[in-house]
Amino acid sequence: MTASDGASRIPGIDDGTNAAAVSTTAETSEPLDAATYAELREIGARYPQARSGLLPMLHLVQSVEGRVTSRGIEACAEILGISAAEVSGVATFYTMYKRRPVGDYHVGVCTNTLCAVMGGDLIFERLKEHLDVGNDETTDDGAITLEHVECNAACDYAPVMTVNWEFMDNMTPDSACALVDRLRAGEPVSSTRGPRLVTWRQAERVLAGFPDDLADEGPSAGPSSLVGLQIAREREWTAEARPDGDDDSAAEATAEQVDPASSGAAEGSHEAEEIEDDAAVAASDADVKHEDNPDNPGGDDK
Amino acid sequence: MSRFDTLTPVLTDNWDADRSWTLASYEDRGGYAAVRTALGMAPADVVEAVKASNLRGRGGAGFPTGMKWGFIPQDNPKPKYLVVNADESEPGTCKDVPLMMASPHTLVEGVIIASYAIRASHAFIYVRGEVLHVVRRLQRAVQEAYLAGHLGTDIHGSGYSLELTVHAGAGAYICGEETALLDSLEGRRGQPRLRPPFPAVAGLYASPTVINNVESIASVPSIIARGAEWFASMGTEKSKGFGIFSLSGHVANPGQFEAPLGITLRELIDLAGGMREGHELKFWTPGGSSTPILTAEHLDVPLDFEGVAGAGSMLGTRALQLFDETTCVVRAVLRWTEFYKHESCGKCTPCREGTWWLVQTLANLEQGKGQESDLDLLDDVCDNILGRSFCALGDGATSPITSSIQYFREEYLAHLTHGGCPFDREASTVFARQEVPA
Repeated sequence: MTASDGASRIPGIDDGTNAAAVSTTAETSEPLDAATYAELREIGARYPQARSGLLPMLHLVQSVEGRVTSRGIEACAEILGISAAEVSGVATFYTMYKRRPVGDYHVGVCTNTLCAVMGGDLIFERLKEHLDVGNDETTDDGAITLEHVECNAACDYAPVMTVNWEFMDNMTPDSACALVDRLRAGEPVSSTRGPRLVTWRQAERVLAGFPDDLADEGPSAGPSSLVGLQIAREREWTAEARPDGDDDSAAEATAEQVDPASSGAAEGSHEAEEIEDDAAVAASDADVKHEDNPDNPGGDDK
Repeated sequence: MSRFDTLTPVLTDNWDADRSWTLASYEDRGGYAAVRTALGMAPADVVEAVKASNLRGRGGAGFPTGMKWGFIPQDNPKPKYLVVNADESEPGTCKDVPLMMASPHTLVEGVIIASYAIRASHAFIYVRGEVLHVVRRLQRAVQEAYLAGHLGTDIHGSGYSLELTVHAGAGAYICGEETALLDSLEGRRGQPRLRPPFPAVAGLYASPTVINNVESIASVPSIIARGAEWFASMGTEKSKGFGIFSLSGHVANPGQFEAPLGITLRELIDLAGGMREGHELKFWTPGGSSTPILTAEHLDVPLDFEGVAGAGSMLGTRALQLFDETTCVVRAVLRWTEFYKHESCGKCTPCREGTWWLVQTLANLEQGKGQESDLDLLDDVCDNILGRSFCALGDGATSPITSSIQYFREEYLAHLTHGGCPFDREASTVFARQEVPA
């Protein structure tokens, strides 16, 4: 593999439909600098097999290059001893890897169902109009790249936006416009559950596994995360077992067994519990047969 | 024998502590004591304790965690691996992210105990890349744990050594599927693998591997510290213990509620202050968009694995997305279907082609351009995806469609008679009250 071969073309990377956008990077045939090569190798060394580092390596390429470039792909390929086509096959699979230059601030608007219904669709429409860009496009000043994103695991804060993958919770069309205006004006903006926002390239460096020392910024949790806990505190609810009368009272145990639905946690006598456990074990065996089905995901039910 | 309060904070119990994400705060509350306890036990006894707790996987499928650990063949000479699935991406699911943000050490402690139990010397936390601050908190927690001697060589003089690597993904829902996650962690496109062999036999680098959800692993320290019996005395007959229930959508106070399995949606909505004022529940997902939707008639279904299955859906990740009567079910289902189409990895034909056709058909219906027979077409396409796809993504894609046609057939037809969607999109937004009356 010749990383300095200026004529090399990466399928899916150099075949971008937006030739103008690609050419603005003025990409040279110079390889990445030695420091970046060293860090790319450092990523690979974290794993029993270096190729496991490819995703973080591509994050590092984006932090250095502002997108996934041909020479970034060549560098990964060279270090891992695989072909550039194999690297670009990976780079084109994941949505966080960008083939066109990304602005200083990647602004995501969740338009998956729940956020869309709660206002995400209207926020995204307003932002497109306000910024005069379409989906996955960057403003002329290079400040903002707007993209609608899928569920980002913050549904109790809907409608949710992200800036450089930091949470901006409970947004409205008005607050979304104010947010991007402040970003474009260079004003400091903080995540609702995190630190002052860094640039997209700086964020990509953290994702590559090079921490930026901002872990201690921001709160433990946002208000919605604590709704249930606060109720438990007010009512003095804990996870301790509450003695339910006299444990040895056979009569009471029988009474509980009569009405098992009254409390999901209510249990009968010790003997009844053992029987239940046996039943659970038997049922588990059945579950195993069922769940060993190759179609069963085992992990997240997706 | 004993009963429990309605809400039972365990995993969420330290989320309101000052600087809860730090090692100092976590250890102040007894954190990492369970690691010392576990390291004093035989690894097989730790597996037995988790088996005895009846903990079932919290990532959606509900497979018994201890049994999964027990499948690791210890006579296999290859290294063993633990991989934590922190790729929380199922629409509606939002429990692991706040857990890792507020208390990453709970997860790290669980990782150490689980790795010791299966005799792994290297563990990985595969966290989705789109949650930067969670990645930071995990990186810091792991660094702190190394410095405190909870990770690294000869942990607390036990002779046991463990490396833990935090690995950020790059945006792909499919990587929550455990074998796709493994391919992704090996630096490849995230596409699911054929099973068998199962990961317990040939997982990461073709070595014996356990893959567990964040909440499953985070539950382990409490089981070791408080006892399997305590854990197993919570919950219902076959669904033991507690879980985090995530309420989102049209409730007064959406948020996280940690309760014994078996709590009902009626109880949870009550705790969340009811539906938003002046509105009523129309439909909901019990465990993310891949679980068939339910309606107000299911408010009293016990939210455990058996109860929700009995109602024709799945407990999934306890991602309770609630929609009131202002929401168009066709719009909701179309959007979920577009998501599955976007996230289909392309490996198998039923899912890759099927989700594309589902979007076309649903979009036509939503715009009032379809016909009644399109509902049969949707059913037919779903029939050809369900059970015929390579992994559960395809199955999940059919859930919202078939269940919504079952409960809201008339609403689909109303789009045809109305010549489009009869709903006002603004009425369903959270800011409807502020911005619509103007």
